[in-house]
Amino acid sequence: MNLASAVNENFANYSNYLIRSAMFVYALAFLAHLAEWVFGSRSRIAVQSAALTAGQAAAQEAADAGKAKVTVQVATRGGGTTTLERPAVVTRASSSDRGIPDGPGAAGTSERGDLYGRIAVSFTTLAWLLHVAGVVFRAASVQRAPWGNMYEFSITFGSVAVGAYLLLLALKKNVRWIGLFLTTSVLLDLGLALSVLYTSSEQLVPALHSYWLWIHVSCAIISGAVFYLAAVGTLLYLFRDHYEVALAAGSSGNGRWADVMRRLPSAASLDKFAYRMNALVFPLWTFTIIAGAIWAQAAWGHYWEWDPKETWSFITWVVYAGYLHARATAGWKGRKAAYLALIAFTCFLWNYYGVNIFVTGKHSYAGV
Amino acid sequence: MSTTHTPGRDGKPTAESPASGAVPAQAAEPEDGLGAAGAQLSTAPADTLDSLPGLGVLGWLRWLWRQLTSMRIALILLFLLSLAAIPGSLIPQHSDQLKVDDFKKAHPDISPLYERLGLFHVYSSPWFSAIYILLFVSLAGCIVPRTWQFVGQLRARPPAAPRHLTRLPAYSTWQTDASPEEVAEAARRVLRGRRFRTHLNGTSVAGEKGYLREAGNLLFHVALFGLLISFALTSLEAASGGKLVVGGDDGFVNNPALYDDFSGGTLYGADDLKPFGFTLDNFDAKYATSGPERGTALKFQANIHYWTGTDSSHTTKGAISVNHPLSIGGEKVYLISHGYAPVVTVRDGQGNIAYRGPVPFIPQDTDLTSTGVVKVPDAIGKDGKPDQLAFQGYFTPTGSTDRGPVSTFPALDQPLLWLTAYHGDLGLDSGIPQNVYQLDATHMKQFKLNTTTGVNGEVIKVGQRIDLPDGQGSLTFDGVRTWASFTISHQAGNESALISGVCAILGLALSLFVQRRRIWVRALRGPDGTTLVELGGLGRSESVRIADEIGDVAVQLLPDAPPRPDGGPDDRPATAPESADTPAETARTTDDEGARA
Ligand code: HEM
Repeated sequence: MNLASAVNENFANYSNYLIRSAMFVYALAFLAHLAEWVFGSRSRIAVQSAALTAGQAAAQEAADAGKAKVTVQVATRGGGTTTLERPAVVTRASSSDRGIPDGPGAAGTSERGDLYGRIAVSFTTLAWLLHVAGVVFRAASVQRAPWGNMYEFSITFGSVAVGAYLLLLALKKNVRWIGLFLTTSVLLDLGLALSVLYTSSEQLVPALHSYWLWIHVSCAIISGAVFYLAAVGTLLYLFRDHYEVALAAGSSGNGRWADVMRRLPSAASLDKFAYRMNALVFPLWTFTIIAGAIWAQAAWGHYWEWDPKETWSFITWVVYAGYLHARATAGWKGRKAAYLALIAFTCFLWNYYGVNIFVTGKHSYAGV
Repeated sequence: MSTTHTPGRDGKPTAESPASGAVPAQAAEPEDGLGAAGAQLSTAPADTLDSLPGLGVLGWLRWLWRQLTSMRIALILLFLLSLAAIPGSLIPQHSDQLKVDDFKKAHPDISPLYERLGLFHVYSSPWFSAIYILLFVSLAGCIVPRTWQFVGQLRARPPAAPRHLTRLPAYSTWQTDASPEEVAEAARRVLRGRRFRTHLNGTSVAGEKGYLREAGNLLFHVALFGLLISFALTSLEAASGGKLVVGGDDGFVNNPALYDDFSGGTLYGADDLKPFGFTLDNFDAKYATSGPERGTALKFQANIHYWTGTDSSHTTKGAISVNHPLSIGGEKVYLISHGYAPVVTVRDGQGNIAYRGPVPFIPQDTDLTSTGVVKVPDAIGKDGKPDQLAFQGYFTPTGSTDRGPVSTFPALDQPLLWLTAYHGDLGLDSGIPQNVYQLDATHMKQFKLNTTTGVNGEVIKVGQRIDLPDGQGSLTFDGVRTWASFTISHQAGNESALISGVCAILGLALSLFVQRRRIWVRALRGPDGTTLVELGGLGRSESVRIADEIGDVAVQLLPDAPPRPDGGPDDRPATAPESADTPAETARTTDDEGARA
């Protein structure tokens, strides 16, 4: 065995250690998130349900937020500058909104809970760094983009999903509520990758030797990761919507389940979050399919052959288009649209796991 | 001061909309009580299911058409389309006839039903076509009126402000000493600076921005038509065929009779093929020889010489590899697969050469363990009568006799040929087309060979010979050549598909990322002589940024309309309009909605 391949094998081993360490730290983050939810439940506030039903809290909060004063320097016509206060902007909930405010988050009003939540985010960040390093070492060991088989695709996919979440956090978006679900699914994703999908590093079949691999597959991974975040938002939207309907119908909003629901963002916010995520990557997903068609044209001489992978990409795309339509169609907004979004994501998952494993086609590079 | 208010304070939307032409108010995104101001933020068709018509045939037709072009039906058709695409991904399709045949053999009871339902060619079946044709009719019925409507909106002015700006999703107000005219003029300037289309009416300004959203949406839907037309072109005019070429042979001339398989399009058949030809010099493959990736291919390349036209004396050197097709004489040649062709000499019972040449064997795994058949139809038996011979078995580029017919490396390190032999009737005259790579041994008898392996077969190296019992003939393994298979394809519609695809993505991005929104600024003189400035903004429901934008516009306005020290945002953030305008109704309606604190 020559030196280069020994180095490569070392790199592949480092990658495996890193991925395993990342899993360990993700598990810690998962536990910290659990603690966040548990402590948060002890901080129930009595006023909550009254405020919820009245919907006044929302308006009050919005008005308060709007009133937050910002001082601005403006040039006056005379040439000097004066300091003026930015005028208040009053926002009004849109018609789809029930006026129910966002929950306080997993930690509720508990400071302990919040501390655990922040610990969880730190662990997630650390785990993500290890995870990314694992992916990079894998790439170095095979000396190409780390997405030639399902194992590599899975680990990259997980790191992009967590990266997108951390990016949203860094942008000060209110998304910490995803944390518990995200760490759970990343643990599943990596566990599955290591135990079932693992392939020792190997070279690509020549058909994959193309810069389209970089373009097409990286876009597919990013699309999938963001679709995933949207799917979590959609799922929680359905639960929370259910809870809000019950609340509006006069249910007291007590009990363990309600206690979890209470702390989530409002149904309207979750719905908006899911929509924004889906709408953000839908054009990218469209591009992914078109890039795939261009690649197929270069490799096989046909840009579209209804190969199972192509077919399921198409199905996924059409169902997401249906979801976007549903949101613009009276009578289909809300829950029905949300179900469509979940079906669409299921199609995406099936295209990835199901088609790779159970259906053979030209895209058979799963390595399992 | 109520003079600036138009009549009709009953809370109903007033018809102050500027001439928006023939455009009817839309029900797409009704913002309660905003009337015309809130309408037409998109051109989506109204989504009320009309009551059933009672107007005879014409009425029915019109009703049907309206249903077909509604968003609801488009949605259902989209869903149907995705459902209909599923079976084709699970059941073998006619583009891979071998798999279809296997499936039919394995499921003889269900296959006739599948056949009748068109499940072996889903994507050209009548029901699949019906769905997408309906969808596209619906699409056409949708985008044509939407385009006119959009043009109407472009020519119209931004709609006038709703009476109660406080009802808008974002609202801001303060009092200033500047005159209403000055404020309105400044507001118009600010909005223009932010690239809003504006309309000044008295001392109120209406501004609208983000028309590209609608334009992008229309572009996207039109591009879908482009894609459909390109697909149609492709399937009408594309033709492709496959050909396996053995290295060092005469090569290939572009003639459908010489293809292994050929499928033409309606507009492009065998007669339209451009003349050209090529020979395969050799197939160049490099494999990793060590490390965990040992045996994986690093390079596949077919080295060829080609010519265009019918004159094969002037040839050009070329190379074809995966992902790098070669364009010859207007047609494209793709490398599809490759393998080995053992060169053999077969002698019959008379000692004459009955066959000599390479026989392509078909790879079964990545180490190129290959299977194949040497068919010798023209042999003469020992008794002088015609007797057909066949040798069937494996070829292993790197084999070992202890391990059985399994190759351990794809390169030619230790080539072995593993064969059993038959004689009798090959069945070539039966008229049923035969797969050249498979043997139908039903009318053949197997020879008993000198076997060492326990199987009735022999393993030979290059240069060695298998002798059939009793001098009935022999097979000599002379060497190995490479072969490569190619798809030669003629294509149309590629460019238009690409352009449509790019337009679709561009349109989508505009449609999803651009926010269409309206901002109104109203300046009114209050009873105390000061001017009340009001700003209101409306975006599509997904827009959060409208509040920020209102804030920014306000900040830009402040130099021209400095807030009065006692009338600034501090003192009267939200209650301003009532106290200035004092209509009791206003207060009531807004309170009812719980719009503000
Ligand atoms: C060929 C199938 C179709 C596909 C793939 C498709 C796709 C899309 C997509 C992805 C959007 C999202 C843009 C957004 O949310 O703003 C959209 C919007 C829209 N589509 Fe389609 N569409 C199709 C057919 C149709 C048809 C048949 C109609 C007519 C009824 C239609 C009417 C609309 C309208 C009105 C919008 C804008 C909705 C809005 O304003 O939010 N589409 N379409």
